[in-house]
Amino acid sequence: MTTTIKVPDFPESVTDGTIVAWHKQPGEQVKRDEPLVDIETDKVMFEVPAPEDGVLEKILEQENAVVVSGQEIAAIRPLSGSEAAQAAAPPTEPADNHEEPVITPSARKLIDEQGLDPARIKGTGKGGRILKEDVLRHQGVIGGGEAAPEKAEPPVAPPSPTPAPEAPVPASPRRAGAGREERRVPMTRLRSRIAERLVEAQHTAAILTTFNEVDMQAVMALRQNYREKFERAHGVRLGFMSFFVKASVEALKRFPMVNASIDGGDIVYHGYFDVGVAIGAPRGLVVPILRDADSMSVPDIEKKIIEYSDKAKQGKISLDEITGGTFTITNGGVFGSLLSTPILNPPQSAILGMHKIEQRAVVREGEIVIRPMMYLALSYDHRIIDGREAVQFLVTIKELLEDPARMLIGV
Amino acid sequence: MPERFDVIIIGAGPAGYVAAIRCAQLGMKTACVDKWLDGNQQPVLGGTCLNAGCIPSKALLESSEIYEQSLEGYAAHGVDISGVKLDLSAMMARKDKVVAELTQGIAQLFRANGITFCRGHGKLISSRQVSIENGGSQARIIEASHIILAPGSSPVEIPAAPLEGDIIVDSSGALNFTKVPGRLGVIGAGIIGLELGSVWRRLGSEVILLEAQEAFLMMADQQISRDALREFGRQGLDIRLGARVLSSQIKRGKVEVQYEDASGSHQEKVDRLIVAVGRMPNTDKLFTAETGLALNEWGYIHVDDQCRTNLPGVYAIGDVVRGPMLAHKGSREGVMVAELIAGQAASVNYDLIPSVIYTHPEIAWVGKTEQALKAEDIPYRAGVFPFAANGRARALGETTGFIKVLSHAATDRVLGAHIMGPQASELIACATVAMEFGASSEDLALTVFAHPTLSESLHEAALDVEGQAIHVAKIRTKK
Repeated sequence: MTTTIKVPDFPESVTDGTIVAWHKQPGEQVKRDEPLVDIETDKVMFEVPAPEDGVLEKILEQENAVVVSGQEIAAIRPLSGSEAAQAAAPPTEPADNHEEPVITPSARKLIDEQGLDPARIKGTGKGGRILKEDVLRHQGVIGGGEAAPEKAEPPVAPPSPTPAPEAPVPASPRRAGAGREERRVPMTRLRSRIAERLVEAQHTAAILTTFNEVDMQAVMALRQNYREKFERAHGVRLGFMSFFVKASVEALKRFPMVNASIDGGDIVYHGYFDVGVAIGAPRGLVVPILRDADSMSVPDIEKKIIEYSDKAKQGKISLDEITGGTFTITNGGVFGSLLSTPILNPPQSAILGMHKIEQRAVVREGEIVIRPMMYLALSYDHRIIDGREAVQFLVTIKELLEDPARMLIGV
Repeated sequence: MPERFDVIIIGAGPAGYVAAIRCAQLGMKTACVDKWLDGNQQPVLGGTCLNAGCIPSKALLESSEIYEQSLEGYAAHGVDISGVKLDLSAMMARKDKVVAELTQGIAQLFRANGITFCRGHGKLISSRQVSIENGGSQARIIEASHIILAPGSSPVEIPAAPLEGDIIVDSSGALNFTKVPGRLGVIGAGIIGLELGSVWRRLGSEVILLEAQEAFLMMADQQISRDALREFGRQGLDIRLGARVLSSQIKRGKVEVQYEDASGSHQEKVDRLIVAVGRMPNTDKLFTAETGLALNEWGYIHVDDQCRTNLPGVYAIGDVVRGPMLAHKGSREGVMVAELIAGQAASVNYDLIPSVIYTHPEIAWVGKTEQALKAEDIPYRAGVFPFAANGRARALGETTGFIKVLSHAATDRVLGAHIMGPQASELIACATVAMEFGASSEDLALTVFAHPTLSESLHEAALDVEGQAIHVAKIRTKK
C-alpha cells in the first residue's frame, strides 16, 4: 500500500516553501526517519524524513517547485520481499538541466543575428522567458535602469547590473575567450528574505550607533584561571558570549527602554529578557534566542549556544527558536572585525556588536600599558532610545565586563 | 449552534459566485449568501452582471443591432427585406430568457460544487460570523474561519433627477422599458449611458446624452475617444459635453430637464430619462459597527493588494473595493482570495485588466493610454492600423475604427493596445495575453495571424510601430 509523502504544516506566517533537494531518487530504498527531501521557507529549512522503510516510488514535485502545507510530493511503497534482501537500486539519471529557455520571437531574431548564447542571457519574462529587452540589456543597447515599467515580477530576481558593454556586432559570431564573465545566481529565499528584512529595518527605525571600548583583561583572567574547573564541572568551554549576555541582561534591567519595541503607536516594554545570539550558518546568519536569559547561568548560556551552533551547522534551527527576542548580540570579532555598525533585528530596538580583541596600548593611571581591548558598538532605535540612554547603557556593559564582580553584587 | 463553514461569501455576483466555485474546487465547505430576487420574487444568482447589467444589456444590444441592420443594412448585401416590425415585448422576453438560462446555470454550478446557497441579506456581525436576514423572520447566523464580502455596487442617484417609476430610471429600469421612448434623455455619457443610449436609438428613440465632464470618455485613449465621439454623433446620438443637470420635473408623463453648460442654461423635454452617472459600493447595512470594518475615504471597503480587509480572515472583492468596476476584475479577485485562503500564492495583475464598451463599433483597450504615457514621461512609439484597410472588415462591411499599439521606445515592450472596431471585445484578448507574457511589438509582428481575419489588424498595427505595415503606407518623417 503506497504511502503519500506530504509537505509538513508550515507555521502561520509562512505561505509556501521551495523544494531544495531530494535526497533520494525514485527506485531508491529508504529507511524510516532517513531524510527524504529539504524544503526551504522564508525562515527555516524543513527536513522531511521517510515515515517508514520502503522504496521511493515517485516524486510528484521536483527541486525548485513551490509547495504548500499538506501538498503531496512523493509516494513510498513498502519493500517487497526480494527488495528487502537486495541492495538499494541505483538512482535514476538526474533530469537533464540543459534545456534551452523559452525565447520570444523578437529575442530569437536578435540572438540569431548576433550569434549570442541564450544560456548567458538572463530572462525576465514570465517563467524566465527571454524577452527582446533582455537581449537588448545583455548587449548594453539599453541600460538596466531604462527597462519598461515592470509589472509584478518574481521576487527573487536581483536588479540587473550593467553588463560589461559588448559592442553590438551584427554579423560576427560570439566573441572568443571572453574573460570577463558574470555569473548570475538568483538569491535563495532565505537570503532574499534576510535582505528584505534588513532594508525594512533601515527604513522603519532611526538607527544610530554609539561606540565604546572595553578592557577585557578581567574577563580573560577569569577564563584563564577557571578554564579547567569550568570544563570539568559543566562539560563545555567557558567562552566570552556568556559574559556579554549576563552584562547585557543586567544593563537591560537598568535601562528598560532598550528592552522595548515599537508596535504601531505603542511602546511595548517586555517584562522578560530573550536575548538573541547571532550565529553564522552555512546558508546565512541566524539569530537563535536565549529565552529568559536573566534566569540562565553562565554554564546554561554556554551550553545553549553550543547546542544552537551545532543545529545551525546542520540547518536544523526551528522557527520557534529564532522568533521573538528582545535584544541581540552579534560578534563580528570572530571574523576579524575591529569596529562595525550592526543593523537592528526588527522589531527589537537595539543590538550589541562585539569585535576583535586586540592588544593595544592604553593609559591606566598615567602609565601606558598593554591591554586586550575590544570595541563595542550599540546600534539603537533613536525613536525610543535617547542618545544619553544608549551611551549609558553601553557604558554599563563596559563597566560590568571590566569588573565582573559587579554583576554578582548588583552595582 | 450556528452552522460552520470554511468560508462564507456575501454576494453571488460575478465576484462572489466565482469565489464560491473556486473555494469549493479547493475543497472548502462554502456558503454563499445573496438577496437578489427576480421579477417573480424568486432568489436568483449572478448579481448585477447577470440580472441587471452585463448580460441583459448585451442581449438587448445584440437584438437592437439586428433590428437596425434589418432596417438599413441588409439592402447593401442584396437582401431586400420589407415590412420589418419591432416586437419589443418579444425582444424583452428573449433578454429575460438569456438571463434566466444563465442564472439557472450558476445555480446548477453551485449544486454541482456542493455550495450552500443562503437566501437573504447577509451582514457581517463579527470577523467570523454572518447574519442572514429574510424579511420578518429571525436572523440566522452562520460561522466560518474566512469571510469574503462581495456585495457589489448600485447605481448612483442624483437629487436633480430622483428615480420615479418607469419615467426617470437607472440602468436596471432602462433595460425594461415597455415602449420605445420617443425622446430619451441620458444623464451620463460613460460606458453604461452610451450602451443604453445605443440600444434605444436603434429601436427608434431620439437620444440626448448629457455629460457633465468636458472631455468624452476620459479613461480611454483620447484618439479613440475623438473618433468615437464623431462616429456616435454620426449615428444620431446627441452627446452634449460639459452639461451639468441642475433639476428636473415630471409633467404629464414627460420629463423636463434643466441643465447648464459653457453657453448657459438650457432645458430639454424628454419622454424618459435614464440616470447613468456611476455606481457606488454597497456598504450600507453590510456590517455592524462593532466589527470595526474599515472603509476608505471614498466609501469602498479598504483592502490591501490581496483584498484583505483590516479584519483578519475577512476579505472583500469586486465592485465594493478599489479598482475598475468590472465583472472580470471581481471574478479574478474572487479566485485570488479563494487561492490565498487555501494557502497558495495568488495575486491579481491590475495593470492588464481590459475594458470594453459594447457600442457599435465596439471599443476595447488594455494597458496604458497614449496620454498616460505622455503624462508619465515614458518614451513610446505608436503603430496604428485602420479597419478600412483590413480585408475581412471590408467583407463584413465593418470598416469604421482602428487598432493602436503602443510600445516602449527603448525596449519595444507593448505597453497598451486600443481598439475601436468590429469584435474589439474579442480582439483585445490577444493583446492582453501577449502583454501578460511581456511581448514586444516585434513579437506580435513575428507571429503569424490567420487571413482574412480582423485580428490581422493587430498584427499590422504592431508592424506599423516600425513603419512596416504592409497594407497601409505610412509617410515617416526622417528625424
